[in-house]
Amino acid sequence: MPEPLIEARQVEKFYDQPSDNRIQVIAPLDLAVYPGEILTLLGPSGSGKSTLLRILTGLSQASAGQVLWHGSPVNGPCENVSIVFQSFALFPWLTVLENVEAPLKARGVAPDERATRSVKMLDSVGLDGFESAYPKELSGGMKQRVGFARALVVEPEVLFMDEPFSALDVLTAENLRSELLELWEDKKMPTRAVFIVTHNIEEAVLLGDRIVVLGKNPGRIRTDFHVDLPRPRDRKHLRFTKIVDYIYQVLTKPDGDPALTLSGPASGSTSTAKYPMLPHARTGGIAGFLEILADHNGREDVYRMADYLSFEIDDLLPIVEAAALLGFVKVTEGDVEITPAGLEFANALILRQKELFRNAALENVALLKQIKSGLESKSDHTLPDDFFHDILDEHFTEEETVRQLETAINWGRYAELFDHDSERKRFFIPEERPSQPENVEVGTET
Amino acid sequence: MTSPSGLSRSLIRDRTWNFFMDAIVFACLFALIYSVVAVARYWFSAPVAAVQISLSPWAIPRYAFYSLVRMIVAYVLSLVFAIGYGYFAAYNKRVEGPMLAVLDILQSIPVLSFLPGVMLAMVSLFPSRQLGVEFGSILLIFTGQVWNMAFSFYASLKSLPRELMEASRVYRFGRVQRFLQLELPQGVIGLVWNSMVSVAGGWFFLMACEMFVLGKRDFRLPGLGSYLQSAAGAGDSTAITWGIIAMIGVVILIDQLVWRPAIAWSEKFKLEQVDSSSTHSSAVLNLLRKSPLLGRLRAGITAPLMERMYVSSARAEPETKAPPSNWRKGFVVLGGIIALLLILHGVFQGILLLKGITRDEVLTTLESAGATFLRVVAALVIASAWTIPAGVAIGFNPRLARIAQPIAQVAASVPATALFPVLLLGLVSLGGGLNTGSILLMLLGTQWYILFNVIAGAIAIPSEFREVADIFRFSRVDRWRTVILPAIFPYLITGLVTASGGAWNASIVAEYFHFKGQVLSTFGLGAEISAATDAGNFALLLLSTIVMATLVVSVNRLVWRPLYRRAETRYRLEA
Repeated sequence: MPEPLIEARQVEKFYDQPSDNRIQVIAPLDLAVYPGEILTLLGPSGSGKSTLLRILTGLSQASAGQVLWHGSPVNGPCENVSIVFQSFALFPWLTVLENVEAPLKARGVAPDERATRSVKMLDSVGLDGFESAYPKELSGGMKQRVGFARALVVEPEVLFMDEPFSALDVLTAENLRSELLELWEDKKMPTRAVFIVTHNIEEAVLLGDRIVVLGKNPGRIRTDFHVDLPRPRDRKHLRFTKIVDYIYQVLTKPDGDPALTLSGPASGSTSTAKYPMLPHARTGGIAGFLEILADHNGREDVYRMADYLSFEIDDLLPIVEAAALLGFVKVTEGDVEITPAGLEFANALILRQKELFRNAALENVALLKQIKSGLESKSDHTLPDDFFHDILDEHFTEEETVRQLETAINWGRYAELFDHDSERKRFFIPEERPSQPENVEVGTET
Repeated sequence: MTSPSGLSRSLIRDRTWNFFMDAIVFACLFALIYSVVAVARYWFSAPVAAVQISLSPWAIPRYAFYSLVRMIVAYVLSLVFAIGYGYFAAYNKRVEGPMLAVLDILQSIPVLSFLPGVMLAMVSLFPSRQLGVEFGSILLIFTGQVWNMAFSFYASLKSLPRELMEASRVYRFGRVQRFLQLELPQGVIGLVWNSMVSVAGGWFFLMACEMFVLGKRDFRLPGLGSYLQSAAGAGDSTAITWGIIAMIGVVILIDQLVWRPAIAWSEKFKLEQVDSSSTHSSAVLNLLRKSPLLGRLRAGITAPLMERMYVSSARAEPETKAPPSNWRKGFVVLGGIIALLLILHGVFQGILLLKGITRDEVLTTLESAGATFLRVVAALVIASAWTIPAGVAIGFNPRLARIAQPIAQVAASVPATALFPVLLLGLVSLGGGLNTGSILLMLLGTQWYILFNVIAGAIAIPSEFREVADIFRFSRVDRWRTVILPAIFPYLITGLVTASGGAWNASIVAEYFHFKGQVLSTFGLGAEISAATDAGNFALLLLSTIVMATLVVSVNRLVWRPLYRRAETRYRLEA
């Protein structure tokens, strides 16, 4: 084994709460980046993959553990790394050339040398002739090329990329991916290792020499394996689809399960009893998913489902998790199977659907149950947001708490369990209205 | 005027500080006002002679020049201070709360009530009389225009996109490079728009403090404001006409030569990744851009200079956070204690001074505050009554907008204080008193804020909304109630906040006037401040200034802030 360039030892991230409860974002984990590899870090949203990238680059500090750069501890941003950002992070008031020159300027490189190196780098990413354009005049793909050039011009030892292709359209992304690989394979990059964060499974398998999959709540490594497919890789290749399917299996395994392995053991972590987390799926999405699943004879591969809907995992996984939480589907080995309750739901009319949803929610979703009984225990049937906010922020970050409440409101309204007044910031149970006429025509809502 | 933010008094929406912070800031302020007054009284005895103002039209260019120089000096001072203040507040967590509280209160305080104190202090501070009065006027303009600029820069630093900050850290930008390539560009648009508002406000104060009678003393600065006042005092209508023409000319010239190019140039700093069609253009800017002289200057002087700065800041090790030494910590603590003692002393002395005030005086002050309050409300109601329909009509009708907007802009940019003497001349000849006349004067200075904001709001209403109203045949009342008023609400509130602040300020010059050797005044807080100044009654001056500041701040807190929050949450157009 060669010596790692960057190594994280028992690195974790958490936020201390006033009570002894702490919000764990990343559980203690070990991860090393070795020379000569493209490492792709894959994970659903909320698994802390961007946070991990920022800890490895020294942009943000780990709550505990150590980051080593060539064996010595890191304080502040690492000396010789670059980041390619999801949103490009180009300075809109600087021209393309000035953007690329900026990091050299920061290093005190003389004007002439600065210009020569920058122009050369822009040429190699195919941007000759665009030196004096402003970023806003460029298409998304062009902007990310500038981002590449700016990152590479300082000849970083490790190139970090934070979801570099996810803001681009499918074709542009494909094009840029293959150009990145070309630069890498032909050794046109002065870089010794590349670290790519992504939530796109195919992208991870297309690019990575090594794939690390993170689980969420808290973020931890669920699997870490090498991909020995030759490049260029073919999406239709049997081994390719096998790896993709395997990653889906890992991702759809319940979070509490010990880490799965394909080759060699991965560092797992002990997970303690957690406050159940609502997956952020819209009720319309859940209903639509169940109806489509019913049309597919009630059983389907998650991977094929995603492909069929052209969803990325961040879109599909919350829906699958929500349906599973409500007892409408079962997930086994990367397959989703509809349950009798789910089938009944899929075939019901909208009012009946709401009823089924209500029953399932009250049975399975702790937060909704809690809100409902809280409201019922009050004589005026209303409670302020803060009440539930305080319960949740013992367990989640501020941002996640807000999202949890938003999702709970969406589900609660759909199930007609309660309503919410966003202006006064209160939950309430609406007064009973005289029953609606029964013969209202209703369509299915998706 | 496409940006409503440019016209607004910045209202801090979420308070990050608590009541005690406000109380402390208030105490500091109380101490400060007292010390200004005290210094003024101490030096009161210095003799001052008046400058003669020539009423010949040929003197106008010279006067305009003098006025302009005062504006420029004050503006440069404000800009530097605003950037420093904003920067410091944004990057120092510990002082961020207090510094914001100070901003919020200072921008609510009627600067004109400082006028007598500052003038007296400055005049006495500099024995060479001219310098003192000049400094006084500059200081006043500075305090009138700096706060919203500081807040704007602070807010843009706080809204820097996270990834841009990370990029500048990962690529190891030094302090200078970060400031020039990230922080300053981010703040430019806000600074330009706020500068426009500030300078307009600056003219307002300059006109008021260029000629200034204090008891038997007559302070005069050669300038456009004093020219107009003298002309009105002498009833010389040719001089008045020339003066107003010159005033309007200067305002238009500055608009064309400074603000248009500045706005067009600042477009470059929009934080957008997509090219939107450029809305502002300026012939002057194009000329400047093509100028060979400027090009040579840049290549020969500024570029190498900047290079030097980059290199030296690159050599300095970035991001080394040495823990502050004990010595420095002790210094800070000591400074804090001294400041605290001084504040306590100021408050104590201020209270002592206030002890001399009789109950009757307190009662009169409160009554007069009520009278001025009613006048401010009346001015706002009258202004809204005509500007809302007019603004909506202009906003809905592009052809009307093309004609009306430039006219309104010129009308708005003429400082109301410059017109006061002239208007007063009319009022007196009509036999009207200042009681209602002062409402008119307040109106003059404040209605534009409402008008421009309403126009901006009406333009921002999506045409679909109006089409819905057409298709469902809304009645006129329904149309206003369900479409127009809710849609312009946030803009209207912004306009009203700014207008109400302006009206309070205007009351000081509108309710009390030296005119042709006699005093015209009416019952009100503004008049009381001016009269106390005239009589040299510092206790009363202190009391009435504090009352006015408290009133303005409480109205902001109790009325405008809740309304603003409602506008932000419920009546925002984007979902």
